[in-house]
Amino acid sequence: MASLWQYANPQKFVQTTGAVLPALAVLTALALIAGLVWGFFFTPDDFRQGSTVKIIYLHVPAALMAINAWLMMLVASLIWLVRRHHVSALAARAAAPVGLTMTVIALLTGAIWGQPMWGTWWAWDPRLTSFLILGLFYLGYIALWAAIEDPDAAADLTAVLCMVGSVFAVLSRYAVNFWNQGLHQGASLSMDAEENVADVFYFPLLVCIAGFVLLFVTLVLLRTRTEIRARRIKALLARERMA
Amino acid sequence: MIALLSRDLALAVRAGGGFGLGLAFFLIVTVLVPFGVGPESATLSRIAPGILWVGALLACLLSLDRIFALDYEDGSLDLLATAPVPLEGVVAMKAAAHWVTTGLPLVLAAPVLGVLLNLAPAAMGWLVLGLGLGTPALSMIGAFGAALTVGLKRGGLLLSLLVLPLYVPTLIFGAELVARGAAGQVTATPAAMLAAITLATCALLPFAAAAALRVNLR
Amino acid sequence: MIPDLGKYAGAVMGAYAVSIVLLVLLVAVSMWRGARVRRQLDEIEARRARNG
Repeated sequence: MASLWQYANPQKFVQTTGAVLPALAVLTALALIAGLVWGFFFTPDDFRQGSTVKIIYLHVPAALMAINAWLMMLVASLIWLVRRHHVSALAARAAAPVGLTMTVIALLTGAIWGQPMWGTWWAWDPRLTSFLILGLFYLGYIALWAAIEDPDAAADLTAVLCMVGSVFAVLSRYAVNFWNQGLHQGASLSMDAEENVADVFYFPLLVCIAGFVLLFVTLVLLRTRTEIRARRIKALLARERMA
Repeated sequence: MIALLSRDLALAVRAGGGFGLGLAFFLIVTVLVPFGVGPESATLSRIAPGILWVGALLACLLSLDRIFALDYEDGSLDLLATAPVPLEGVVAMKAAAHWVTTGLPLVLAAPVLGVLLNLAPAAMGWLVLGLGLGTPALSMIGAFGAALTVGLKRGGLLLSLLVLPLYVPTLIFGAELVARGAAGQVTATPAAMLAAITLATCALLPFAAAAALRVNLR
Repeated sequence: MIPDLGKYAGAVMGAYAVSIVLLVLLVAVSMWRGARVRRQLDEIEARRARNG
């Protein structure tokens, strides 16, 4: 019976993703270009924020993916701990730099947006601060992967760190809420139509988010393939030294 | 487990370093701050809670890598892992020993340093209470970080990168407790949150730390 | 061609430039490392096939 678990076989994973990747890459490029071009060229200015509202098409998808990348790493880490599928651990490793980049983009575009709107590049606002902390978690996670020689031990330890880090990331999010009231507005996207941004901004934003999700998936698959190959090189070289 | 605790305490006392070093570091950080920000007592008393908490946190960080490193090197950690005591208990006892040798002296020394920084007298009690409630969490989180990095040759820097973000909630509530105490506001909320964090880390993190140790001893 | 961005032109263009540079960098690094690792693996497998 075909199931998700057959992709736990590295060879099967590389084969299947190899077939899917080109199509996925084209789709990603289409969605990203369409969303960003639509957002940049064909949306009106906001009556209060002027043209800076166009930054939303980068800021919100990047922030969304920064959080979702960590969630994906958490799930992949759990799968590794429970079922010991190497592909899962490697996928978590592959996702971390992507998540870190998304965090940096969200912070930078936020700073550039905040400068004209709030009159400051940076404020110790709960949302901003917790993103900075999330960035630190990504750094620590990547550094721990890089520091440990033995691949299985590295996978185990980073998985444990990812779980503990998740709890503390959520905790920090609420702690900073307590510590300072924010400048940042509430959710831009929600099921509650009243709270949403206006439709003119909403639809291109959805396309951009789809583009960022696709980009994330494509990059993670690509990087996981690289990690699998790197692992195989290591194993082959070790075998040659033994012989 | 009591024997383990007293063994670690005895080792720390006889080795010297453990007790004095963290405390001296805390003292020096606190003394250096007025040189950096100027001697105005109003400014100092405004930032005193934060300085004292950050100082305590850094002093705590100094001795973290020693929690498991020495036992790992001479092999006694392997013995402890195979001993009838669960490894989770070993971790908890190690963290407790770390707290007694670094956390507790910091708590006791804090009021003196508070005077140096011109901390409001009303906040003194809250400072001691907050550090007393919060430093066990620092030791326990630190023990987890030390368990993650115990097998690494140069784990010290990595350890601080991993542990410091985990200290954020404790630091926020701890400093907030002192600041509110100084301003005469309601202090129950941050105190309760601080206690909650300490209890939760002491309940849950030994399992994560023991899992990390088992991987490193494999 | 470029829409009138008013007085915030610098901010908007800056945000787009920074993000696009970062994204392109990420994609380029991923692809470059992927290609390099793939080449290495092919080399090693070819060598193994030759030698036995």
